[in-house]
Amino acid sequence: MKKLFRFPGGIEVPQYKEISITQATKKAKLPARLVLPLHQHIGAPAEPIVAEGEIVLKGQKIAHATDYVSAPIHAPTSGTVSYIGDREAPHPSGMRAPCIEIIPDGKETWVELTSHARDYTALDPSSLRNVIREAGIVGLGGAGFPSYIKLNPGPGREIETLIINGIECEPYITCDDMLMRERADEIVAGVLVIQHALQAKRTVIAIEDNKPEAIESVKSAIKQLAEDLIDVAVIPTIYPAGSEKQLVYAITGEEVPSEGLPVQVGVVCQNIGTVAAVYRAVHHGEPLISRYVTITGDVDSPQNLEVLFGTIVEELVAQCSDNVQDIKRLIIGGPMMGFAMHSLNIPLIKTSNCVLVDRGRHSQFSGREHIMPCIRCGACAQVCPIKLLPQQLYWYAKAEDLDQVQNYNLFDCIECGCCDYVCPSHIPLVQYYRFAKGEIWQREEERLKSDKARLRHEFRERRIERDKQEAEERRRLKKEALHKKATNAENKDPADEKNDPKKAAILAAMERVREKKSSQKINPKNTDNLSKKQHQLIDEIDERRKRQRQDEQQSGVD
Amino acid sequence: MLSAILVLVLLALVFGLLLGYASIRFKVEGEPLVEQIDSLLPQTQCGQCGFPGCKPYATAIANEEADINQCPPGGEATIHALADLLDREPIPLNPENGEEAPKTIAIINESDCIGCTLCIQACPVDAILGAAKQMHTVIEIECTGCELCVPPCPVDCIDMVAVENNIEQWNWPSPIKALEAPLVFLETTKSSAGKASS
Repeated sequence: MKKLFRFPGGIEVPQYKEISITQATKKAKLPARLVLPLHQHIGAPAEPIVAEGEIVLKGQKIAHATDYVSAPIHAPTSGTVSYIGDREAPHPSGMRAPCIEIIPDGKETWVELTSHARDYTALDPSSLRNVIREAGIVGLGGAGFPSYIKLNPGPGREIETLIINGIECEPYITCDDMLMRERADEIVAGVLVIQHALQAKRTVIAIEDNKPEAIESVKSAIKQLAEDLIDVAVIPTIYPAGSEKQLVYAITGEEVPSEGLPVQVGVVCQNIGTVAAVYRAVHHGEPLISRYVTITGDVDSPQNLEVLFGTIVEELVAQCSDNVQDIKRLIIGGPMMGFAMHSLNIPLIKTSNCVLVDRGRHSQFSGREHIMPCIRCGACAQVCPIKLLPQQLYWYAKAEDLDQVQNYNLFDCIECGCCDYVCPSHIPLVQYYRFAKGEIWQREEERLKSDKARLRHEFRERRIERDKQEAEERRRLKKEALHKKATNAENKDPADEKNDPKKAAILAAMERVREKKSSQKINPKNTDNLSKKQHQLIDEIDERRKRQRQDEQQSGVD
Repeated sequence: MLSAILVLVLLALVFGLLLGYASIRFKVEGEPLVEQIDSLLPQTQCGQCGFPGCKPYATAIANEEADINQCPPGGEATIHALADLLDREPIPLNPENGEEAPKTIAIINESDCIGCTLCIQACPVDAILGAAKQMHTVIEIECTGCELCVPPCPVDCIDMVAVENNIEQWNWPSPIKALEAPLVFLETTKSSAGKASS
């Protein structure tokens, strides 16, 4: 086994893991209804492809991915789609989000599945990735990043190390531990699939040394299925060893660049749960519809359950506890990085690994009470695993100095909560960082929007200006043309007329007619040689006719 | 004596030429300060500041013809940003220009719209779509909420609707307000410390 590296900072925290590993994992009861949020992953929300009232089968795709970074959602059981619309979401805001609600029919009828168990090695990496994408698999460690993207290192990039993350460093959570104990063979088979997709040179399953049984079980599965292909690295128990960047450093000694990804140092990390899901998708064709969830904290019987996505937390907690009425706080995720929820009526989603219940009876849940001023002790900087300066970040976040906070690399903060944990003044440091990050994103968005508005406004002004100029130009041309006509009429120069080819042609034609006439010698008309008297008579008649016409016109007007 | 004068004259000439060359070579096009100020304004183009748009207001600020507190859509954040940029003291928003209100966008009640195009002509960012005697509609993502389309509408079919904050846009609240404010303990220590010092 290769040498391990010790990442900076980190803390030792009480584990409380033993309480939830006393029972084997059971399947949770089939719930009365399932609520599936369309946004269970990082990226664009999925889009429903079923309608209300439609009957769906277990594993049937009910919402498809709308973007490159997105994941489809499948029906966790067979039943009827009863509602598509807003429902309470497992989100720290306590807001509602678009969901698909399914009423199970209890039959658990599977949709037809395609297995690639035998031929996955013959598939090219992109088809294999597509199988994983279509199975809706996202990182089950907590972030929910679509897994198939991670399996695409990009052209010309070689993956040195594939790390399977079985650290599970947060206190209380044991779902990955139980998964490794109970399904080590599935995990190893899944690792082989991912190894094939990535063609990684070295594959390591990293497990913290507080899970000896999991280590044993994984090791024996490797011996059976993949002799010498996969290493097991036993990592000392230090929080947050399970964080991606810390784990990459611990195994390879390489630091992931600021705001970068592990793939930049030739490493890909996948969570244990994700690997098991990949196995089920490739070997059995099953999409991601359930996961192991730890229900722990102040419940009568803390345990792990295999839970269908969309199961309401209240129903789930009721399976481990007689009473759900006196729950004071509910945290989805671990005590260090989890989120307190506003309601029990929320569904579990792909990224929910733990339900932590607080009834206000145990001191470890006492919560934040006295927030004192910062005494500049520097304890936070000592434990920061990224080597940031939490205190500086705190001051600037508090003062909303968003430029400075970024100068101190706020966006490298992984929100692990170490600084928060050791702070003797109990300052909610991570809350400040989350607030500052949100504020920066929001301002950035506003800036982009206002830039767009400026462009549109400037374009409009230019267009109006252009229209005006064009109208003026037209007016000018018209005026000029009129002017020309007038001047032409005024001083008609015969020389000009001759120069004009058109007029010259007309003149020539007239000349020809005259010549023809004279040559034909037509007799003069009878009016040509009249006497003076005759002329007078004609004039008189014309005059009379004119008067007559005028009279008629006048009488017509009257 | 003469050599000293000569040397000084020569130096003056050389530096004069250098400065003259630099002023041509490194001439700054446009008005950088106006651009900078303009980039901080919210670009609603609403005219509440008393100028016919954000750019004219930015020009007025740059020429010290207008104060930095006349932009209600930008509110306090814009005033602070401008104060930072211009190295001035932040001042509260001038109530004559209006009050900082939550963000709104215009929505046309399409069944009432008569297709007069007056709102289209009023919109400073071309966010209204339609043609004469055809129904108009607002392109919501482009609407800045300036309200300039509301007064020209002859049938009053444009409403300003508050933008609803959805789960995707939600942000963590400032812990100062959410966590520290309700603590009685901190309040009392603060007030007693204040008394002791005064």
